[in-house]
Amino acid sequence: MEIIIEAKRTEKNYWRDIFHYYQLFFFLAWKEFLIRYKQTVMGVSWSVVRPILTMIVFTFIFGNIAKLPSSGVPYPILVYCGLLPWQFFAEALSQSSNSLVGNSNLISKVYFPRVIIPASSIMVTMIDFAISFAILIVLMIIFGFVPSINILFLPVLLLQTIYTSYSIGIFLAALNVRYRDIRYIVPFIVQFGLYISPVGFSAKLIPEKWALLYACNPMVGIIDGFRWALIGGEYKLNIKHILISIVISTIILLVAIKYFRKTEKTFADII
Amino acid sequence: MRDIIEVEGIGKKYILGQHLSTRNFREAVALKVKSIFVEKTETKINEFWALRDLSFKLKSGERLGIIGKNGAGKSTTLKLLSRITEPTEGRIILRGKLSSLLEVGTGFHPELTGKENVFLNGAILGMKRHEIIRKFDEIVAFAGIESFLETPVKRYSSGMYVRLAFSVAAHLEPEILVVDEVLAVGDTEFQNKCIGKMKDVAQEGRTVLFVSHNMAAINALCDRAIVLDRGRMVFDGSVSEGIDAYINRNEEHSKKITLADRADRKGNQKLKAVSLDILDVTGKNVSELLSGEDYTFQLGIAKSVPDMIEKVIVSIDIYDLRDHRWILLRNDFQNVKFDVSVSECTVFCAIRDLPLASGRYYFSAYLSVADVEMLDFISHVTYFDVVGGDYFNTGNIGQPNNCKILMRSDWSIK
Repeated sequence: MEIIIEAKRTEKNYWRDIFHYYQLFFFLAWKEFLIRYKQTVMGVSWSVVRPILTMIVFTFIFGNIAKLPSSGVPYPILVYCGLLPWQFFAEALSQSSNSLVGNSNLISKVYFPRVIIPASSIMVTMIDFAISFAILIVLMIIFGFVPSINILFLPVLLLQTIYTSYSIGIFLAALNVRYRDIRYIVPFIVQFGLYISPVGFSAKLIPEKWALLYACNPMVGIIDGFRWALIGGEYKLNIKHILISIVISTIILLVAIKYFRKTEKTFADII
Repeated sequence: MRDIIEVEGIGKKYILGQHLSTRNFREAVALKVKSIFVEKTETKINEFWALRDLSFKLKSGERLGIIGKNGAGKSTTLKLLSRITEPTEGRIILRGKLSSLLEVGTGFHPELTGKENVFLNGAILGMKRHEIIRKFDEIVAFAGIESFLETPVKRYSSGMYVRLAFSVAAHLEPEILVVDEVLAVGDTEFQNKCIGKMKDVAQEGRTVLFVSHNMAAINALCDRAIVLDRGRMVFDGSVSEGIDAYINRNEEHSKKITLADRADRKGNQKLKAVSLDILDVTGKNVSELLSGEDYTFQLGIAKSVPDMIEKVIVSIDIYDLRDHRWILLRNDFQNVKFDVSVSECTVFCAIRDLPLASGRYYFSAYLSVADVEMLDFISHVTYFDVVGGDYFNTGNIGQPNNCKILMRSDWSIK
C-alpha cells in the first residue's frame, strides 16, 4: 500500500478509506449508544416527556382552539404521526451539527474520513425514535386506533428521514467547525421548522397552488408519508412530494459533501 | 530496498488571525454582503510557516527522533505524516500502514468501562475488531488492570488510565509508528516499560518516528535524529550528535538574543518576562553558582496593557540539559500573589541553600493569572552552571553524574 500525501490534491483514497473505516463508524455509534444508556434516567425520560408534551400542546392549539380538520382521526394521533419523523429530524440535526466540534479531540489527533462522525451521531437518534414509536403504539391502543397496512413501508420512510437529516446534518456540522454561532442557529431552524412543517396539522390544508412550493421543505413529503403509512385512509401517499423531498435532499447532500470535503482538510487546524 | 517514508520539501503555512475575523457566521454573511457594495480593503494577512522545506527519507526499521523546542515544527511534522492536516507544499510518500499516537487515550470516554474503552480506542487507532479481540488479554495484562475491566475509567487513578491507554496503543501493529511526547506521562517504572515496549516494536523491524522533550528517551530509543528549529531542519544524523547539536543551539540562541527580544514564546503577552538575572548574596550578577549558597533570582516583567493584572503567578523552573525539570519555584506555593499595576516591575525570588549538584542548567519562565490565563511562557531563558560549592560543609560536592539534588542528612549507627 502506498499513500501519497500532497498539497492541494484531493485524495483518491478518500472513498476507499470510508469503507476501510466502516468499523470505526459502528464503534462511534456504539459509544454514543453506551453513553446514552449509562445516563438512562435523564436521557430516556426526556425522550418520553418531550414528544408527549408537544403532542398535547399541538392537539390543544390546532385541534381544540383552531379546530383544524382531521378527517375523523383522533387529533393526538394525527399530530403524533407527524411528530415521529420531525422529532427524529430535529434530534438528528442537533446531534450531527455539534458532532464534529464535540469530537474535536479525535479530529486533532487521529486521521479518518470525518464524514463518519456526523453519520454515527445520527445513529443514536434511533433510540429516541424507538421510544417515540413505543409511545405511539400506546396511544393507538388508548384510542382504539388500528394502523393502516401501509405501516409495512415505514422502514423505507425512516430511511428517507435519515437521508434527509444526514444531508442537512453534515452541512451544518462542517459549517459549525468554521462558524461557531451555527449551534445557536440550529435550535432556531428546528423551532421554526416545527411550525412551518405539517406537524400540528395535515398538509392537505395547504392551498393547491402553494402545495409544490410547500413541498420544497423536504420534511413535508416525509411527514405526509408517515401519516399515509400509519393512518392511511384519507391520507394518501403523495408520490410527487416524496420525490421532491428526495431530489431536494440529494441536492443538499451533494452541496454539503462538496463543502465538507473542501473544508475537511482544515478542520484540524481551526477546530 | 526502497525507503518506507519519503518526505520531499514539505511545508505548512498557517494564516494567523484569519479565522478570528470570520469565526461568526452572522458576521461572515454581513461581510459578504458588505463586500458587494463597499470596495475591497486589503486586509493584512499574517502568514506563518510552522514548517518549511523539510525533506528526509527513512528506511524500514529505522528509528528517527525529532528534536526541537516548542514551536519548532515537530508536532506539525507528525500531523502531516499522520494525515490529520494537509501540507501547504511538498510531498510525502508512505509505503506502509502508519499509526500515529499523538496522545494517549484519544477518544477515551470517562463514563465507559475499561473494556469498552479498549475497544473504542483500538478502533480509533485503526485496529480491526478481530485484532482487538485477539490482543485483548495481552493489552489488559500489560496495563495491569485485570480487576478493573468493568469499572468506568472515570474511577481510575490517573496512573491506571495512562497505563491502559498506552497499552492499547502499544499493541498496534503498524509498519510505521508515529509517537508524540506520550512517554511524558505515567510513573518512571511505567515509562521504562513503555520505552522497552517501543524498542521491541522497533526490533521487529518496524519504523518509528518519535518526538520527545526527553533527551534520555530519545537517546534510548532512536538511532537517528533530526533537529528542527523554527520550522527548518538544522541537523540530520546520529542521535548523540543530534542531541549535542540541539543543546548547543539552545545555548547559542539564548546568548545571542536578549530575553526581551525573544519571539519564541507562548501566552497572550499582557505581561512579558524581559530579563532574568541571578544575584549572589553581595548583589553581584553571576552565572556560575555554588551549591549550598543563597541566591536571588530577579525577573524583570513588562506590562503591555493599561489595566492592572491581578493574581499573577510567577513560575521559574530549573531544567538540566536533558530537559528534566528539577525545581519548580512558584510564588503561589508560598501563598504569595502579585497584582501588577505598573508597566515595569521586578520580581525577586530569594532561595536559600541551592540544592543543585554541579552541572549545567537553564531556566524557563511562566507567567499566568491564577493558572487559567497564560500570560507568557518562555523556555531556555538563561543558562547557568553550578560549579562545586560546599553544600555539605565537608568539601564534598556530591556526585553530580549520579544525582542532581543534594540534601543534608544525619547519619548514625547503632
